[in-house]
Amino acid sequence: MNVPNLKASSFKSDITPIWCPGCGDFHVLLSVTKALAELGRAPEDIAVISGIGCSSRIPAYTACYGFHGVHGRSLAVAAGLKVARPDLTVMAMSGDGDGFSIGGNHFLHACRRNVDMTYIVMDNRVYGMTKGQPSPTTESDWDSALSPGGTGLRSFHPLVIALASGANFVAREFSGDIKGCTRTIVEAVRHPGFSFVEILSPCVTFRPDEKAWKDQVHVASVPETDDPARAARRIMTDDGMNTGILYRGPRAPYHASVSDREVDLAPLERAFEI
Amino acid sequence: MTEIPGSSRNISFAIVGTGGAGAITAGSLLLEAAGKAGWYGLLTRSVGPQIRGGEAAALVRLSTASAACMSKEFDILVAIDWKNADRFIGAMPVAPGGLVICDPEAGPPPRAVREADCTLIECPIGELAKSVQGGRENMIATGLVAQLIGMPMDELSAVVLEMLKSKGEAAQQASLACLRIGAEAAAAFGQSRPLAAPRPHDSKRWLITGNEAIGLGAMRGGVRFAAAYPITPATEVLEYLAPALAATGGALVQAEDELASINMIIGASFGGRPSITATSGPGLSLMMESLGLAAASETPLVVIDVMRVGPSTGIATKSEQSDLNIAVYGFHGDAPHVVVAPLSVSDCVLCGQWAMHLAETLQTPVIVLSDQSIGQARVLIDRPADVTFLTRRKPFVATGEPYQRYAITADGVSPMAIPGQPGGQYTAEGLTHTERGSPSSARVDQHAQMVKRHGKIENFDFGDYWGVDEGDGASDTVILTWGSLTGAAREAIDSLSEEGIPARLIALRQISPFPGERLKALLAGTRRLLIVEQSFSGQFHRHARAHIDLPGEVRLLNREGPYNIGPEEIVAAIREWRAQ
Ligand SMILES: Cc1ncc(C[n+]2csc(CCOP(=O)(O)OP(=O)(O)O)c2C)c(N)n1
Ligand code: SF4
Repeated sequence: MNVPNLKASSFKSDITPIWCPGCGDFHVLLSVTKALAELGRAPEDIAVISGIGCSSRIPAYTACYGFHGVHGRSLAVAAGLKVARPDLTVMAMSGDGDGFSIGGNHFLHACRRNVDMTYIVMDNRVYGMTKGQPSPTTESDWDSALSPGGTGLRSFHPLVIALASGANFVAREFSGDIKGCTRTIVEAVRHPGFSFVEILSPCVTFRPDEKAWKDQVHVASVPETDDPARAARRIMTDDGMNTGILYRGPRAPYHASVSDREVDLAPLERAFEI
Repeated sequence: MTEIPGSSRNISFAIVGTGGAGAITAGSLLLEAAGKAGWYGLLTRSVGPQIRGGEAAALVRLSTASAACMSKEFDILVAIDWKNADRFIGAMPVAPGGLVICDPEAGPPPRAVREADCTLIECPIGELAKSVQGGRENMIATGLVAQLIGMPMDELSAVVLEMLKSKGEAAQQASLACLRIGAEAAAAFGQSRPLAAPRPHDSKRWLITGNEAIGLGAMRGGVRFAAAYPITPATEVLEYLAPALAATGGALVQAEDELASINMIIGASFGGRPSITATSGPGLSLMMESLGLAAASETPLVVIDVMRVGPSTGIATKSEQSDLNIAVYGFHGDAPHVVVAPLSVSDCVLCGQWAMHLAETLQTPVIVLSDQSIGQARVLIDRPADVTFLTRRKPFVATGEPYQRYAITADGVSPMAIPGQPGGQYTAEGLTHTERGSPSSARVDQHAQMVKRHGKIENFDFGDYWGVDEGDGASDTVILTWGSLTGAAREAIDSLSEEGIPARLIALRQISPFPGERLKALLAGTRRLLIVEQSFSGQFHRHARAHIDLPGEVRLLNREGPYNIGPEEIVAAIREWRAQ
């Protein structure tokens, strides 16, 4: 049902976020609520699904239906919900640890499966909730108590992985750019199939260096493409601070869904008669 | 049909051959034809670890009354060939005086057969098959067995014609010719093992496996969504549900792993659709954390665990009752939930339906502990009775007041809003939460929600479905068991009663919450209590002891898989005990 006069505040709950002052996730919440207002569906027709982490606290801060599940499994919960209830707008939201480390396998298969939903990852390149350990997107030489001197591991490139796994919509945004985030989230939700938006969202507490991101990000200088090879090349060769919609593909969404049809079990029962 | 002299109410036979030889098909044809003729029976398969082309055997028991478990010994053994037979022949011993029919061209029988007290008959199965163009050895074997047990050829031919409908006239005729030739060959043996005439019956018999039956039960229980990750011996539950759901407007999604499948059904159920998955021990282990989430977030769902031999990958194709501990006690934290177990293949229908009912009504995860021995058994049964449960989730009705998803109520069950309902928005929560669902670390909230979740299950009236109390109610000798071993125990008390030894059987369908008070009352006055279970450490025995003081002298008849405990062992244990 489309509802007139929805404002961002219509999508915000009265629960106060536990986030540190200055955390990028506040901006993500604002952009999400603005995007939902623009999309114009009633809050009860939207479900926000998450895992565990600072970023994963977001569902309860919205006025939508929400599910705050276990660490790393938001995409599976969201896929089950969307197939069961194709009438809903389903959004999954994660952090980089939740989405790419413990939930990495689900990420690959969500891209492949292409269920019509939107996945927003608030990437702060650190485990915030557990107080500052490296995540898959953390730079290899970032020093921490758990990995002194850095992990020495190459960091994970979520956008390229998403493309390679078949994601139908791939974008990067910066949390501080509310306008850009809002616009991209609206487009992502409208796009049929699995849409992936990585939002660079600074952890001011454990990665104060990320405060500099606001001066480093820049809007992609070339228009979006529907050619995955081209998109991959661009994403792999840019500086990682390029924002905007980077790929939008034509793949048809996942086919199966549950209907409200009246169920007749008689034929199933007869099949066992001999 | 008139009663045949020397006939038995039970006949068991095994047909063995390498994977491609069609031994399983032969057994299945005979089972189905028996069902059409009015007998009962069951078929289990014994297959080697090789995926294709390894050894295979169809073990079939036919009887005049419903048959719950396989016989320990076989009246007839037909070997299409003996390849690798020494690896598994121990699982199908020939009864004293039994018949073994084999092709001399197939080499010597394995030692266990040569040394058995049986009649060995050589029959050129291969050559007979070759005498028909397009003839197959397994059809010769089918004809042999049919003749020996007195199976009416009309029924058998009809089943064969139906099976080969798509293969064309020539294949059908070749198979019928093989049946005839096999039967003629057997008629010349001068031996027979006739099955007593079936009792008159008016309704059509069902041919079904436990895995299909549990799927059908879930369909009766209103399931609309399933998520699936394949695992032996549970895959057939999922393969049954896939087309059944598709045909009725539901959906099944193949997940990337069990972590995904359990979370997919959490999501679908949150969306208001009754949901299920099926797995075995390794998959259940992976699901544990999210099962706890379902308990804490009060999300209804059903997980079917078709148990196999563990630990770890164990023996995937064999049965054990050793997941009781993880199913009941595996969740971290205190996470009340429900665990039930079907008592037979037929009971799988009831249990599947009941589990859906309990999950929806109590808004909790329900684990159903089936196992390989009933899941993969194909049986002839009467149509399982219709049961009506008043299943519904306690609905949310908008009042204008702020909605409290986890409201404390008298029965502990809170109204559950479904996405799309205006005014019902809430966030389902695995963190300790307030009645509204907001995260909380307050002691009062932890306590209040703990008491609520515990109470809704402990105080629920499970009614008469807790289990069965059969046999001689006055006897002070009680066999206590659970789940699939009920079949063997039922046959044991029947045999004991024929011997004039009165015994009573109590078998539990309701495993957790444990029906302690009821069991205590039932067991009052018991002097000998024999607990029967298929687990090395006696998991069920400990579970029972944890809840009640067991009366009288208690003995345990238990062991791990892969050999199922049979009725004879139970009878022997009771007989011996009484003799002391
Ligand atoms: C199974 C499991 N393992 C570990 C944890 C501990 N844990 C909680 S949040 C978290 C990482 C969160 O990092 P991220 O997803 O990047 O989110 P952020 O807090 O940075 O927003 C971890 C490891 C857990 N909750 N569950
Ligand atoms: S720890 Fe970092 S990610 Fe977590 S709330 Fe604070 S700033 Fe945000």
